[in-house]
Amino acid sequence: MSNNEKDVIIIEPGRAEKNYWRDLWRYRELFYFLSWRDILVRYKQTVIGIAWSVIRPVLTMVVFTIIFGKIAKLPSGNVPYPIMVFTALLPWQFFASALQDSSNSLIGNANMISKVYFPRMIVPASSIIVAFVDFLVSFILLALLMVWYRFVPSYKIIFIPLFLLMALIFSFGAGLLISALNVKYRDFKYIVPFIVQFGLYVSPVGFSSNVVPVKWRFLYSLNPMVGVIDGFRWAILGKGIDFYFTGFTLSIILIFITLAIGIWYFRKTEKTFADRI
Amino acid sequence: MKVIETKNLGKKYIISHQGISEYQTLRETITDKAKKIVKKRSYVIPKREEFWALKNVSFNVEQGERIGIIGRNGAGKSTILKLLSRITEPSEGQIKIKGKIASLLEVGTGFHPELTGRENIFLNGAILGMSRIDIKKKFDEIVAFAEIEKFLDTPVKRYSSGMYVRLAFSIAAHLEPDILLIDEVLAVGDAQFQKKSLGKMEEVSQQQERTILFVSHNMQSINKLCKRCIWLENGSIKEDGLSETVTFNYLNLGQNKESEVNWLSEASAPGDKEYIYIKSIKIKNSNNTSTSVIFAEEDFFIEIEYVVLKTLNISQIGICLLTSEGELIFQSGDTDLSGLEIQERKPGNYISRCKIPGFLLNQGYYNISLFGHIPGIKMIINTDSILSFEIVQRYNLGGYGKQPGFLRPKLEWEIEKI
Repeated sequence: MSNNEKDVIIIEPGRAEKNYWRDLWRYRELFYFLSWRDILVRYKQTVIGIAWSVIRPVLTMVVFTIIFGKIAKLPSGNVPYPIMVFTALLPWQFFASALQDSSNSLIGNANMISKVYFPRMIVPASSIIVAFVDFLVSFILLALLMVWYRFVPSYKIIFIPLFLLMALIFSFGAGLLISALNVKYRDFKYIVPFIVQFGLYVSPVGFSSNVVPVKWRFLYSLNPMVGVIDGFRWAILGKGIDFYFTGFTLSIILIFITLAIGIWYFRKTEKTFADRI
Repeated sequence: MKVIETKNLGKKYIISHQGISEYQTLRETITDKAKKIVKKRSYVIPKREEFWALKNVSFNVEQGERIGIIGRNGAGKSTILKLLSRITEPSEGQIKIKGKIASLLEVGTGFHPELTGRENIFLNGAILGMSRIDIKKKFDEIVAFAEIEKFLDTPVKRYSSGMYVRLAFSIAAHLEPDILLIDEVLAVGDAQFQKKSLGKMEEVSQQQERTILFVSHNMQSINKLCKRCIWLENGSIKEDGLSETVTFNYLNLGQNKESEVNWLSEASAPGDKEYIYIKSIKIKNSNNTSTSVIFAEEDFFIEIEYVVLKTLNISQIGICLLTSEGELIFQSGDTDLSGLEIQERKPGNYISRCKIPGFLLNQGYYNISLFGHIPGIKMIINTDSILSFEIVQRYNLGGYGKQPGFLRPKLEWEIEKI
């Protein structure tokens, strides 16, 4: 019995909990366990689980290489087209699956939410971890691809975690917002597949963002994933790729705005989840 | 020391008349807004009604107290637990809680069927607020208590329902919060295990200064486990005191308006007014008093009083007995046994009385709806469930909790060594 933890909790309507973030920290083990559960469940049906995280990026890469590289004959500098596509697919797929999983996470765990208290933010946060594991699998694929093409990545590859973190924060922020909206408006979930599908073509996944005319470059960077994807290419492909700093800064700003809105809306509606779900 | 203080607690739900579903779709919201703009003021907003699940509830709990909470369905019992455990927010009032609180509103929350027993112990423990170190420390105890040693590494989807419940309960029983909120979870599993669980609850709460709030329909367990009991009715506290007194009053003063329904005018009464209308329907116990709480072992009666307006040559009037969820258990008509032809009903007042034997229904809540028909020709009475009553157990027929199922017949068994 922990008599040292005799702090008083006061519950009142509309009262913002002052120790919300401390609570979140206290429940970190639940976060581990929920992510662990999702990963376990995902890879339990081993064949399907792993195969899926391999087949999806590889097929997309093949299709994009054929369409954009061979048919449309878009330039890829001196980098093999498949590698250029795959470098962009890594962050994009991470973002897409993280967004999809976290958006549906609250509804998917409705039962827990209506029966047990815990800081609700844990649910969308932990659901992102599966996407992270998939990311690692894809990263190995990229390594194999580079061996195949005898391509040596740039030393700047050490900056990858930074760009991955951007993708993570972005998907988390958007995931918070959409998952909370999903509780209130059940048809919101139809928006996510649309964002994901549309975003795949709008973001520079199948082509290099150098194809975008310079005067449109700033406008194009309003999509935060542009900064993330360009960052990945800059870090992995190295030579010949310049760093568009304005776009990158813009991405970071937009990502944090998304996160702020996500947290604000989530916290605002969090307390009514159990009543609505 | 007071560990829980609540002041004027209230919880309001909005019931939308388009349905009970709480959530909207974005499409609806947008089209509604659009309609409002287009039609300006003339557009009528769909009616939304406030419903207070709890109102003005104040009580204090001392450290180490074990309190039972009783009341009919919808009286607000579960809502109180949900507020205390912070699952949902009160609409008014204040709660002060000292110490770590854990709620057990259901056993096996978050169990994943694909995961093994071992994995689920860790997962469920974490969901209930146990730390990994605590779970590891208690792991063997949990497994032993649940008696599932052999199946630890089997996915729980392959468990029998008994094993599933035993494991789920066992994890919960090894929680060590300062305050434990339990909602009816002891009412699962077989009698033997329920007994064991209740014993475990009692043991832990006596060893440590643990406070327990315990919602149950089983007066027996309440009296055994709790000294104090709170009786909720329609969202407020009806009585708060010694368990024996409160549960006695609950069982005996349980007569309320739901034990009978009277229709004062012909116009409002159910029935095809060409032939018939219903004047009243009553539930009576064996002492001929109208009540809505019936002891499981006692016979009771359903009385339907009605007026026949036009001669019915062949007809049948009867009841449907439904579960509280509205599932039909059986239906029975007043001419089932006598044969339809004999019972000619001339205009006048009638009573049809049905005797339902004791030791038939299991404890729980039941509803009654009425029907009447001229066979093959037309329905003359057809109501929704209009009465509800509760079957309670006075004697312990083995086990503390509710057995599964709707019926609890007293059957004869013989054990013979051959």
